[in-house]
Amino acid sequence: MNKPELLVTPKSVNHVKALIEAGADAFVIGEQQFGLRLAGEFSVAEVEEATKLIHEAGKKVYVSVNAIFHNDRLEALEQYLKEMQRIGVDALLFGDPAVVVALRELEITIPLHWSPETIATNWFQANYWNERGAKRAVLARELSLEEVIETKENAKSEIEVQIHGMTCMFQSKRSLLGNYFLYRGEVMEIENRKENKNMFLHDHERKNKYPIYEDVNGTHIFSPNDMCLIDELTELFEAGIDSLKFDGVLHTQEYINTVTNCYRQAIDAYFDHGEDAYDDIKDELLEKIEEIQPELRPLDTGFIFKETVY
Amino acid sequence: MLQLIENEKIRETVNGKRVITKKPELLAPAGSLEKLKVAVHYGADAVFIGGQEFGLRSNAGNFSIEEMREGVEFAKKYGAVIYVTTNIFAHNENMAGLDEYLKAIEEAGVKGIIVADPLIIETCRQVAPKLEIHLSTQQSLSNWKAVKYWKQEGLHRVVLAREVGAEEMLKMKEEVDIEIEAFVHGAMCIAYSGRCVLSNHMTARDSNRGGCCQSCRWDYDLYEAVDGEEKALFTEDDAPFAMSPKDLKLIESIPHMIELGIDSLKVEGRMKSIHYVATVISVYRKVIDAYCADPDNFEIKKEWLEELDRCANRATASSFFEGEPSYEQQMFGSHATKTKWDFAGLVLDYDPETQMVTLQQRNYFKTGDTVEFFGPDIDSFQMEVGQIWDDKGNEIEVANHPLQIVKFKCERPLFNYNMMRKENI
Repeated sequence: MNKPELLVTPKSVNHVKALIEAGADAFVIGEQQFGLRLAGEFSVAEVEEATKLIHEAGKKVYVSVNAIFHNDRLEALEQYLKEMQRIGVDALLFGDPAVVVALRELEITIPLHWSPETIATNWFQANYWNERGAKRAVLARELSLEEVIETKENAKSEIEVQIHGMTCMFQSKRSLLGNYFLYRGEVMEIENRKENKNMFLHDHERKNKYPIYEDVNGTHIFSPNDMCLIDELTELFEAGIDSLKFDGVLHTQEYINTVTNCYRQAIDAYFDHGEDAYDDIKDELLEKIEEIQPELRPLDTGFIFKETVY
Repeated sequence: MLQLIENEKIRETVNGKRVITKKPELLAPAGSLEKLKVAVHYGADAVFIGGQEFGLRSNAGNFSIEEMREGVEFAKKYGAVIYVTTNIFAHNENMAGLDEYLKAIEEAGVKGIIVADPLIIETCRQVAPKLEIHLSTQQSLSNWKAVKYWKQEGLHRVVLAREVGAEEMLKMKEEVDIEIEAFVHGAMCIAYSGRCVLSNHMTARDSNRGGCCQSCRWDYDLYEAVDGEEKALFTEDDAPFAMSPKDLKLIESIPHMIELGIDSLKVEGRMKSIHYVATVISVYRKVIDAYCADPDNFEIKKEWLEELDRCANRATASSFFEGEPSYEQQMFGSHATKTKWDFAGLVLDYDPETQMVTLQQRNYFKTGDTVEFFGPDIDSFQMEVGQIWDDKGNEIEVANHPLQIVKFKCERPLFNYNMMRKENI
């Protein structure tokens, strides 16, 4: 059985160093003009710097270009893709087929990871995009464990699954926060707050709090809970999932470091010392995460053990 | 309003008059066979319907294969065509039965399917090659390079994301030779379609398989977290945070869309009534026909706009067509209201000799009420209802049973499928 990759989201070049220390195998970076809901903002120069660091440590770096593009960003996208080729990043995350067309036209050879989030729901699609250059499929977070396993069994591509952190529930192109304040005639209120990313919507009926922020891609709303599978990894390990992602968006560096290290320990225990070794430490690891978990962000297991109807 | 740029490619001189020869398709929604027939009768060139599987409105009336066949046959008489929505994003468990389903749709004479998931695209190509494949708005198609991708994949048509503006559409038409379908009227998602799983989280219903419970239409309170403390960003006097968009209405932009060369103009609303379908389709029909017949002297008539408002239950806006929508295109503190006019009856028959109309009751009305008749073959008019008889010839004063067949006198001629509405007071 192969050890899965532990994939994390650094907030800055400096943070990359700390995360290499903490045991991460791979990193997703990028900038909001091209990638969605990133933990940190990396300019092209910073991508280059980070790539050097990451490659020196023998780790992998993936750059996100999974935005929903409009015509006005296509030229910049092409320039960006050329830069990524020059820098030599290990993969590009995409959702919009425009990226597939651009890579073909520019004869860029960086492998693709298909990462459209909510719509990556079955193994057929993983194979479809695999035939079009996607070496990996990043599965929707709304799938159950059974669906994840069945997808892995039938997919020709690598499979990546999120195991920790918040997930996006909603993306609108509209400026919904800005519009709310504008409607109330309070333009400055939103101008002062835009960068803070500390707002949330309160759903009284469900007693849920949903983080919400705006950027160049529009308005994003997140799950009320952080998913945490630190003590539920056995079946994912057994299924041979290729990459386990901890999305650290909207979390602090310290939090990301600690949680990354917990998953490092969990993976190493299982693969270096066996299932029992993992079973021995998993409750302790969960407690460690619970200790640093922000009060506003309860933990749950996402949709892994939840049934959805329609 | 945007500047209207005349497109010479779609014009020709016929009998000394400049006319538009490339008329876009008017595409209507239908949640039932009855709605389909009404849509076609009121002027739709094409109708999209949902089948019993693989479509996105679990709650909408959906068609059996037999009903699809009947719908296709009915439409054919008017030169209209039928498309079937199969636009879920499938999970592994949904793959079974897809081959048979697509074959059955093809056999029923349906012209094409509206699809989001490559699973269904590829399967359709293999097992039902006669069906056209149209990319659903669920794929959030927003740029011309992605349009080019789907063209290279052999699709017949793409339905754009609702976030695409007029200038972006123009560029797409210039760069890629593929049919483009765009929304012109109806309720819409405030998120990029396909990129919203609010329902999954809030009610465990999968929005991308038809379970959407419209959580975006609910109210929320906005807070900020400062040093671990929650601070309200509203006062009691403020309307709560809301994400409800006003409904799309591009009736006044139709000339512009025709000039852009958009191939299909889509009206949303498979869950809406036959009254809604009839009203909206008939008005868009009139505007498209009038503009294409004489673009140089076209003017939108006030009565068309008023007619369209009669079935509106929400405020309307132009959305992204003319640029990024601001707060005025959202609804805060208010929600859907009642329509100004209620659908009161469907004309089944009219006897010119006795001037008696036979009507199927759809809403309460009584002797003395002022009602309005409309239809594709009459000019709308109002009248006061006189004596009413039931189907056994008994005199009655009120028609208060749903679907009850009644008769009364109407001096002006009426036709089957004409509708009667009553002002909502």
